[in-house]
Amino acid sequence: MRANRTLEIGTGLFVLLGFAALLFLTTQLPASGMKLDGAKAGYHVTAEFDDIGDLKVGSPVTMSGVRLGEVSGIRFDPKDFKAVVTLRIDKQYNQIPEDSYASIQTQGLLGGKYIGLSPGGLDTYLKDGGHIDQTQSAIVLESLINKFFANYSSNKGGEQGSGSNAPDNSGKSESRK
Amino acid sequence: MSKSAHGNYLLEGLRRLGSVALFLLQLLGQALPALGRPSLLITQIYNAGARSLIIIMLSGLFVGMVLGLQGYDLLQRFGSEQALGIAAALGLLRELAPVITALLFAGRAGTALTSEIGLMRATDQLTAMEIMAVDPLRYVAAPRFLGGVIAMPLLTAIFSLIGLYGAQLVGVQLMGVDRGTFWSQTQGAVDLHDVSEGMMKSLVFGVACSLIAVHEGYHAEPTAEGVGLATTRTVIASSVLTLLLDYVLTAAFL
Repeated sequence: MRANRTLEIGTGLFVLLGFAALLFLTTQLPASGMKLDGAKAGYHVTAEFDDIGDLKVGSPVTMSGVRLGEVSGIRFDPKDFKAVVTLRIDKQYNQIPEDSYASIQTQGLLGGKYIGLSPGGLDTYLKDGGHIDQTQSAIVLESLINKFFANYSSNKGGEQGSGSNAPDNSGKSESRK
Repeated sequence: MSKSAHGNYLLEGLRRLGSVALFLLQLLGQALPALGRPSLLITQIYNAGARSLIIIMLSGLFVGMVLGLQGYDLLQRFGSEQALGIAAALGLLRELAPVITALLFAGRAGTALTSEIGLMRATDQLTAMEIMAVDPLRYVAAPRFLGGVIAMPLLTAIFSLIGLYGAQLVGVQLMGVDRGTFWSQTQGAVDLHDVSEGMMKSLVFGVACSLIAVHEGYHAEPTAEGVGLATTRTVIASSVLTLLLDYVLTAAFL
């Protein structure tokens, strides 16, 4: 009887562990699943971006390359057509100037996105519920390449000089900018 | 003469294949009655699953850690070491966890099944059951088969999770990949489809490995040598079949 009891407890433990692992894999790992976000200590500020690239919840927030916190939420503002990103900044970094500048940057050449903060000059600091006004959107590599090739080919067309005039002019004016 | 030897060999292979297939049908026929005796089933889930837990967890941890090291070394050459989580998670979920769990299962639980049933056969316990009008297929073979089939996906899920933790341990704690990036990139890349692919694979492996183990034991030659041979055959057949099925299933899923 006693041996039977320990056997059943062991089996129960194993089955429980297995299903717990399965539950984690199906709900926590895929982006489509639901997530349990433990409320972590820190304060939240928001910032609006025109384009966040593939910034994700959980991406780091850094200043001078040091991690200060993470992206805790991303939503879309249907009025301004902008992405509203909520940043959670660890509470020991509570002296970030209010006019700091947030830009979306890329880790490595093709890596994930993160938010880099550059300090401003004001004496007032960001607080919980604060807002970062100055932002720079993600640089999307494809659009950068497209721009480069558009410029490049229109410049070439200009040097040949025999093409039609209209695209020639537009290309030159763009390169002067 | 050599031609007839080859013919015999081929015929023997065919006979074995047919015997395994028929045995599977017999087992499936006994599956429902076996489910009706949960105490027998629980014992077998305990033997096949709970007692394999330590070896599975330990292997999973180290496989994940090696994946973390190798993945980091490879990815940092392209400056994309933050993709380590993706590489580890997809590698584990889709391939490594089901396959390595099945191989370990064949070595740990499969051999135990074969030698146990083989010894029952060698000591005439199965014959005694038949004489008492107790169907050994129902009371001995089916619960062991079902126990293995149930245990395998659970073991695979545990292996995946521990492996991912191992990769995270090396990548984040040792190599300094950002924790938030590691998990957010992983969550962005892993689909429910990837998890279900691994689970489907492990279910198939569970059927294959348990079937071979029980079959070899049940049809072992009733001598000490025969049981030993049967145990060896279990490991070889299970391992090869697992890897072969893995290729077929991967090709079907991709």
